[in-house]
Amino acid sequence: MKTAISSPLRLGVGLLALLGPALAFAQSPDKGDTAWMLTCTALVLLMSVPALALFYGGLVRSKNMLSVLMQVFVSFSLITVLWCIYGYSFAFTTGNAFFGSTGRVFLDGLFDSSTGTFALGATFSKATPMYEIVFVAFQATFAAITCCLILGSLVERIKFSAVLLFLVIWFTFAYIPVAHMVWFWAGPDSYTADANADELLASAGLIWQWGALDFAGGTVVHINAGVAGLVGAIVLGKRVGLGRESMPPHNLTMTMIGASLLWFGWFGFNAGSALEANGFAALAFMNTFLATACAVLSWTFAEWLLKGKPSMLGAASGAVAGLVAITPAAGNVGIPGAFVIGLAAGVVCLWGCTGLKKLIGADDSLDVFGVHGIGGILGALLTGVFNAPSLGGPGLVTDWVTVAMGYPGIGAQLLIQAKAVGLVVVWTAVVSFIGFYLVKAVLGLRVAEEQEREGLDITSHGERAYTG
Amino acid sequence: MKLITAVIKPFKLEDVRQALAEAGVQGMTVTEVKGFGRQKGHTELYRGAEYTVDFVPKTKIEAAVPDSLVEQVLEAITGAAGTGSIGDGKVFVFDLEHAVRIRTGETGDAAL
Repeated sequence: MKTAISSPLRLGVGLLALLGPALAFAQSPDKGDTAWMLTCTALVLLMSVPALALFYGGLVRSKNMLSVLMQVFVSFSLITVLWCIYGYSFAFTTGNAFFGSTGRVFLDGLFDSSTGTFALGATFSKATPMYEIVFVAFQATFAAITCCLILGSLVERIKFSAVLLFLVIWFTFAYIPVAHMVWFWAGPDSYTADANADELLASAGLIWQWGALDFAGGTVVHINAGVAGLVGAIVLGKRVGLGRESMPPHNLTMTMIGASLLWFGWFGFNAGSALEANGFAALAFMNTFLATACAVLSWTFAEWLLKGKPSMLGAASGAVAGLVAITPAAGNVGIPGAFVIGLAAGVVCLWGCTGLKKLIGADDSLDVFGVHGIGGILGALLTGVFNAPSLGGPGLVTDWVTVAMGYPGIGAQLLIQAKAVGLVVVWTAVVSFIGFYLVKAVLGLRVAEEQEREGLDITSHGERAYTG
Repeated sequence: MKLITAVIKPFKLEDVRQALAEAGVQGMTVTEVKGFGRQKGHTELYRGAEYTVDFVPKTKIEAAVPDSLVEQVLEAITGAAGTGSIGDGKVFVFDLEHAVRIRTGETGDAAL
């Protein structure tokens, strides 16, 4: 029903038709790649439920445990459904530099029941298509976890209905366009010798056109969510009793389990973003492994040195900080980059959750901005630096016709990265402010004070996490 | 009859239970409590948030004993619960007016 030309991502389909059956065999997706990407997709699902839910849940007071688990669980489901209705289509089909179009609404055209064939999408290698439906599922988990990340800034006081309405708005007007701007492009197979490269570039998302590198979502996921969380914390206001009453985490064991499962699932997130089971997936895997360990050590030792004791929460936070910072860099830097980005992330995000947090003064309850916002910005900028072949990085593709690699220079690439960061910060901040004020006007953002004191588990959900 | 209330370090509970049983105490009630005396609390640090915990976890033991046993009981508790360091706890002795064993209706020392 849909024409293959409507989306360059599916140009594999067009080529198949043109080149005939001789090449058709060579162009069907590799079974190993498909198996790997389906596995990665399930790993990224694990990052939200239960990993992020447990990580966040352990950090709140016991009276709000279920509300956090519930917010994550239902938000994840909500965004998955919206992704399949319109999210994927507007993020990953050809449109303008900011949005795609309606070609894939309700995932139309992914499977042709009359011929029994599946639509193909592009990877980063020529003549190496993937089943588009796999890409849809993989990216669905990204959209959903990004929305769940924001919740950490809002917990213990936000209305459940307000969470859902805000996320519909934010997903539609922040996540989708940012994903399109950063990640949508024509795919390598459309760059043939006689293709018009400028025209193809113009069909990509705005930030892709600028040449910014974001392997797995430093801008799309972490800066996007981190800034939205901070805006939410500002608009929502502080939790009742903050600063006067003790609000220690109720179960750091849960938080440790959550952080560990995040680390595990993040292999799917980062290594899976190579879209193939190849060397770049392996590089992303190793970098994700190493940078995280570096950040655990740097946060732990910095805390030990500055605050007197090395804490479990510090080690767990360091792991997440390292994972965040290496995300845009994963397949874009070499091992030296992973060492530096990981070590820097632990210390810089510790500052993001302490010194900077005090400076800002907002009740970003679980430090979404301090870890994801700051870690994302750090990672996005350092990706531009450590992509340099002189610093052990792979460089980037400068010509997709010949797949020639090059590198524009540290200063030039850093500037492009900074522009991308700046645009995403402003975009998500504006959408978040409008979104939160809109929800405030329609539903109200906060539960009543007595309900907040009693805890959201009983008052919003009618159940308790721990009984007996 | 006297009601003996002792607030002790939680890890000393088993020693104290044994000492009281040897002294002839037939039963007791144990509660987990929090409080402070000369022993200071501590501070906890969660990322940037620092909380002072003033109340220290303790165990409260209540035992009703006949007047004849009071001295031995006090010795048993101080002997078993003591570590010599600050925070070992306190023992309070109250006059007890009346006691009834619910099953039999016995009263006074016979109910203990």
